[in-house]
Amino acid sequence: MWRFIAFRTLQAIPVILTVITVTFFLVRVAPGGPFSSEKAVSPQVEAALERQYRLDLPMYQQYFTYLADLAQGDMGPSFNFPGQRVDELILQGLPITAELGLYAMLVAVVIGVLAGVIAALKPNSIQDYIPMSLAMVGICMPTFLLGPLLVLVFGIWFDWLPVSGWGSSPGDKILPSITLGAMYAAYIARLSRSGMLEVLSQDYMRTARAKGLPGHVVVIKHALRGGLLPVISYLGPAFAGLLSGSFVVETIFQIPGLGRFYVQAAFNRDYTMILGTTTFLATLIVLFNLLSDFLAAWLNPRLRYQFSKGK
Amino acid sequence: MALLSVKDLTIHFHTRNGLVRAVDGVSFDVHAGETYAIIGESGSGKSVACYSLLGLVPMPPGRVEAGTAMFAGKDLLRLSNSEMRKVRGKGISIIFQDPMTSLNPFLKVGEQLIEPLLLHFDMKREEAWEKATATLEEVGINNAAQRMNAWPFEFSGGMRQRVMIAMALITEPEIIIADEPTTALDVTVQAQILKLLKDLQVRRNIGVIFISHDLSVVADIADNIAVMQNGKLVEQGSRDAIFTAASHPYTKKLLAAVPVGEKQPAPAQDEPPIVSVDNLCVFFGESGTDSEVKAVNNVSLQIERGEILGLVGESGSGKSTLGRSILRLVNPTSGSIRFKDHDVTHMNARQLKPLRRQMQMIFQDPYASLNPRMTVYDTLSEPLLLHGICNRKNLDAEVFRLMDSVGLARESVLRYPHEFSGGQRQRIAIGRAIATKPQFIIADEPVSALDVTIQAQILDLLLELVDRFDLTMLFVSHDLGVVRYLSDRILVMRSGELVEAGTANEIFTAPKQDYTRALLDAIPGKSLLAARAADSGS
Repeated sequence: MWRFIAFRTLQAIPVILTVITVTFFLVRVAPGGPFSSEKAVSPQVEAALERQYRLDLPMYQQYFTYLADLAQGDMGPSFNFPGQRVDELILQGLPITAELGLYAMLVAVVIGVLAGVIAALKPNSIQDYIPMSLAMVGICMPTFLLGPLLVLVFGIWFDWLPVSGWGSSPGDKILPSITLGAMYAAYIARLSRSGMLEVLSQDYMRTARAKGLPGHVVVIKHALRGGLLPVISYLGPAFAGLLSGSFVVETIFQIPGLGRFYVQAAFNRDYTMILGTTTFLATLIVLFNLLSDFLAAWLNPRLRYQFSKGK
Repeated sequence: MALLSVKDLTIHFHTRNGLVRAVDGVSFDVHAGETYAIIGESGSGKSVACYSLLGLVPMPPGRVEAGTAMFAGKDLLRLSNSEMRKVRGKGISIIFQDPMTSLNPFLKVGEQLIEPLLLHFDMKREEAWEKATATLEEVGINNAAQRMNAWPFEFSGGMRQRVMIAMALITEPEIIIADEPTTALDVTVQAQILKLLKDLQVRRNIGVIFISHDLSVVADIADNIAVMQNGKLVEQGSRDAIFTAASHPYTKKLLAAVPVGEKQPAPAQDEPPIVSVDNLCVFFGESGTDSEVKAVNNVSLQIERGEILGLVGESGSGKSTLGRSILRLVNPTSGSIRFKDHDVTHMNARQLKPLRRQMQMIFQDPYASLNPRMTVYDTLSEPLLLHGICNRKNLDAEVFRLMDSVGLARESVLRYPHEFSGGQRQRIAIGRAIATKPQFIIADEPVSALDVTIQAQILDLLLELVDRFDLTMLFVSHDLGVVRYLSDRILVMRSGELVEAGTANEIFTAPKQDYTRALLDAIPGKSLLAARAADSGS
């Protein structure tokens, strides 16, 4: 198992390196630059700025300098926030985005798994149709529509919950978490329904019932573990998606997370910020994918067995 | 008094396509210490009848329309859910057909074994674990204490079936329903499992309901036999009565379908062999490591023109790999394969193509080997066009001619595989194989997925085709009776090596190797076969 983990972790390095390289050159070939704005800057000032940010060097030198700095955890100075370093800015925003992602994940897993399992227990009945129709709506509805809708209903009409902010008034974390988690809940509901249906139709379910086990034991002990394996494999990519996809929700609810840096950086050609956030999120995505692979392997004895034999 | 008394059991399935009378007025009694066999083809209602006793028939679409099933003073068909749960696994347990899929792959074997004990007897965990270990030992699993902590996939098929049997026995039920418990197993393993079941049944004085499609399997163990056809119980009686004095035509048909006797070996040919294999090795996995599997190890053989060569072995013996590598569907590791004048060992796909039409294959599972989205017409015309045997003009006539040869009705030419029964599907597959007018066919277990009466029809079709089209055939099977019936010569394979070769008569009357003898001993229903052979001899 350890060999497998080490091997897969090593495999992730070229992936991240590719992302860095592609992003590095893509942002530089994109038209415009960090200092091109409506206000014309005198050539001397621009030259000075370029020297300060090392933009005067040949591109390959910039690239290798960046890599060398990155290896030491230095993502360079931000173009858009003078005097602040990109790594510092990311670390400022990260805890908030991570917390939001975690709550959204909780919403997604609890609602999704419950709905999926309930639907799978009585397929093609009302107990199946209602949660699955809701899931369909959840998948179709974009966050920028769901967010304002929830704000309108629960924030303005009923006036139950605050409509913006993060940690400044009680309950202001509820709406953003639901908004962000809804789509994932819907997806997880569909995954767990099909996973459970698959497992419930297996011969060993009949074996379990033939032993005289009551229905809930059959479901919880014999079916859940196998039925939720697809959900487990989805959790990693889902969490990474939650983190990188949270900027819409952060914008709607004015949450000072990572997302706003990401969007602003793209508009302002803030080279180091674009690179920094992309690298950071790519690393997270790869990392969570790895984690969910390991988790799935741990839960599935057959896979675990193969790993322990060093394959 | 009977342990279980089923009277007039009637179960209907209300499906979209109308009413199916799955079980129609079936009555039988099972006594303590008795093995009661229910025989019938797939779809005859034998499993449904037994599953309904434990409420395991899905309802709807199923519905118990009438009847009673008295067990321990209660009618099983009218129990509440909670009462039924007390019968399941405690009073009556079931051994299911396929041990590969009937154990939960996510729970350790021990965990699954102790479950019924914790549930029905309020036992402590340690106590249950001890009892489960003892039961595993009783069903012949070595190292039981250690194996309790193993996962199901770490067991072979036969060992899993032992675990299933232990699971059924562990609560000391009065009745065990065994649903085709050996159908998925090799013949030697089958013999062990049958003996084990019989021993346990006698020792513990339980009633066993043994469901099977194969009369020869129950010939050695059944006390009484019932024959089911289309939901009705058409005949029942003691084993001897059924085997010697069956009166119902369907029972007679079942008896006649068991392949008996052997083919007269074809006269020796002067021609060079059509296939000759020298020192063939096929290894899988990394060489030199534990993971290397020597599927075929230094095998040499010759197949003469016009003969049917039977290749027998248990699962994992490498017989299928050998067959596939002769057709170059698997790449050989070393050695050489000659087909007629060609050395095909290292030919590439382009060089092989003209030879492909001369050598064809019939696969085991007619359900999986036909493309479900292709009609009979598509399936049969594809090889004809691919090899340029027909043009568009005479294609229809050729497809019809093929369908006639394999006994398929011409009307069904535009139907899809799922609309056919297993036997008909195998006819389609055979039609596809002979479409290119091949000289050499490999048939890999072509009848092992079929019911016994269908099996007999397909075997006769193969014999007829071999004769009519002057085919040479390598017939791969685990079933010695079938191989004996069909083959001129027989090869016995074990762990990748050929252990014995000879004519059918030599192998069956004077086997030289212990392994061959063990295989022969394991053939079920020898008493039946002996009686029938004497019958046909007189």
